[in-house]
Amino acid sequence: MDATSHRFRDNARHALANGRLKESLASFTKTFPEKRQKVIDRLPEFDALRDEGVRIKNHVLANLDFYLERFEAKATAAGAQIHWCRDAAEARETVLSICRAAGARTVTKSKSMIGEEIAINEFLESNGVRPVETDLGEYIIQVRGESPSHILVPAIHLKGPDIAQTFREKHTALPPGRALDEPEAILREARTVLRGEFLAADVGLTGANMLVAETGSIVVVTNEGNADLVMSLPKVHVAVASLEKVVPTLEDAATILRLLARSATGQDITAYTTFATGPKRPGDPDGPDEFHIVLLDNGRTAMLGGEFRDMLRCIRCGACLNHCPVYAGIGGHAYGWVYSGPMGSVLTPSLLGAHQADDLPNASTFCGKCEQVCPMRIPLPTMMRHLRERQFTTGGPAAKGRGALKVWAFFARRPALYRRATALAIGALAFLGGGRGRFRRLPLTSAWTGPRDLPAPQGRTFQALWAERRRRKP
Amino acid sequence: MSARDDILSAVRLATGGGAALGRSAVARAFDERLAKPTANLIPERGKGTPAELLVRFIAESEAAAATVARVAGRSGIPAAVADYLAAHGLPRRVRAAPALKDVPWPEGIGIAVDYGKADADTPVGLSCAVSGIAETGTLVLPSGPATPTTLNYLPDVHIVVLETASIVGSYEDAWSRFREEAAGGDFMPRTVNWITGPSRSADIELILLLGVHGPRRLHILLLDGQDA
Ligand code: SF4
Repeated sequence: MDATSHRFRDNARHALANGRLKESLASFTKTFPEKRQKVIDRLPEFDALRDEGVRIKNHVLANLDFYLERFEAKATAAGAQIHWCRDAAEARETVLSICRAAGARTVTKSKSMIGEEIAINEFLESNGVRPVETDLGEYIIQVRGESPSHILVPAIHLKGPDIAQTFREKHTALPPGRALDEPEAILREARTVLRGEFLAADVGLTGANMLVAETGSIVVVTNEGNADLVMSLPKVHVAVASLEKVVPTLEDAATILRLLARSATGQDITAYTTFATGPKRPGDPDGPDEFHIVLLDNGRTAMLGGEFRDMLRCIRCGACLNHCPVYAGIGGHAYGWVYSGPMGSVLTPSLLGAHQADDLPNASTFCGKCEQVCPMRIPLPTMMRHLRERQFTTGGPAAKGRGALKVWAFFARRPALYRRATALAIGALAFLGGGRGRFRRLPLTSAWTGPRDLPAPQGRTFQALWAERRRRKP
Repeated sequence: MSARDDILSAVRLATGGGAALGRSAVARAFDERLAKPTANLIPERGKGTPAELLVRFIAESEAAAATVARVAGRSGIPAAVADYLAAHGLPRRVRAAPALKDVPWPEGIGIAVDYGKADADTPVGLSCAVSGIAETGTLVLPSGPATPTTLNYLPDVHIVVLETASIVGSYEDAWSRFREEAAGGDFMPRTVNWITGPSRSADIELILLLGVHGPRRLHILLLDGQDA
């Protein structure tokens, strides 16, 4: 997708004005944290498991070349073909050439953030290969020509009637008078339509939640079972994964699986967890003839050597989004790229470059909730603060506050002048604020007063009140 | 330089120089771990006596919207399948895993049974799990010549045979069984499917719906003995 992260302010303003989106987000940011808390209460070892997860990931990141080579050797021995790709363009070309070699016209896809990151759908389409999303939410937004607004619930911004309308426009071969009022009916229709696509596809494209160095397996989790049909019906399977997904052993994968679904959807485990190792074996009645794994860098090695290495522990559970007050207010689209919420605020500038996403690290209240819930204990607020500091020195939006700070510093160094100036200003503001005690609008501060009121001062400065209090106390 | 070399040298640069950092020690430790697999922390709910694990397995799989029936032995499978299909008014046409060919289907039971991988319109799939994991009520189904994967995903109804004796506590226990059976060789089949309850989605207004692409129903037949 084309990134619009640099237009965060406009995007967020639009989102704030969208009542229906607000409603969906409100129910969602309430439900998910509740469900998460419930399953975690059933697992007293959860925090200890988080520590284990952090340890595993840190160890892998410190020795990433070793585990990648081991993974490659095992996967190759099992018959998989490994393709190393430096960036999104290389990955797109690789996937396309695999599709061409297979003579593919239709590619079924299971939800993959990496697929979004490299914008594979647009690319395949413009090259005559038709990608079909099979995750229900992804399919809905694909036929609407939209992008996901949440990494787990891509169509969270839509209501049943929106989806029914879209299906009527898209599935024109079905009787126009059919009932689509119930979510169940929408689901049945999607299942039927997609069944045909699953069977017709020549290539299946998935991401991978993990890569296991011990066995050369990829791990894919879903609740719908779509990834398993994508992986077992077409004659070619392509998995696209970024480098940091590798874990040493099956035991390590088990530890991380105990964290993933609980943090993500508040389930103990997703309905389907699949370990896929190489293509179809001799005698196997089903499975793909070819199995390709694309190992993608696209900015990871740069992060590995920099101050945002910890971000590479991210398992894309979405807990930080689900608990974020800013995300709850504006939703995922406002962030303008694949990754939204706190993890997006750190990932997007790291992967696209800071100039592409100036405002994202500022879209935070620094409440700290994201770090509290992150299963991988990623210090998201600290990272956002670092990004802000970096902006301040390079003249990003955080630097715009600098002028105002200079004025303040001038007065602050001259206490007598400061007292007189503030007393004067506050008196004036109290007078202007009048009986309402609030300002709806103030010159030069529209960014603040646009969405909210500014309380008018009550007429005295803090210093004046303090001095009076000192006088009254003996 | 190839992309592979480029990426690996960038990783080495970023992590402080590869071999210089004692990769050989890391390699040795890793090989030792592979030779003698060690688990990380296993939660209490993944441990217990066989009786406790059986109770937990049933409770957890039911919590994930699966149903469970106890069957005395392999010869009890046909009647249990017939009961389930009748109780829910489901089609009496079953595609079974070839691994279940020894199950005797009596004449006159009124169920058409054949064997092999599933087709798009197979209504009921019957397959067998090698373990059940108590900590989350998870079934373990490896692929193989006699156990087609598509049986687990294409049919609307999925019935799985599991021996009570194959119930283990944790994910780690399930992997140990694979390793024991392979006796040091490569033990991963093309795919290992962990299945916990039927297919589901909350993509439409966060309403939980079952049977999106995979089965709408998951029914587990727990075999208490080798045969009745
Ligand atoms: S940053 Fe943490 S909480 Fe957010 S998606 Fe990644 S792992 Fe989950």
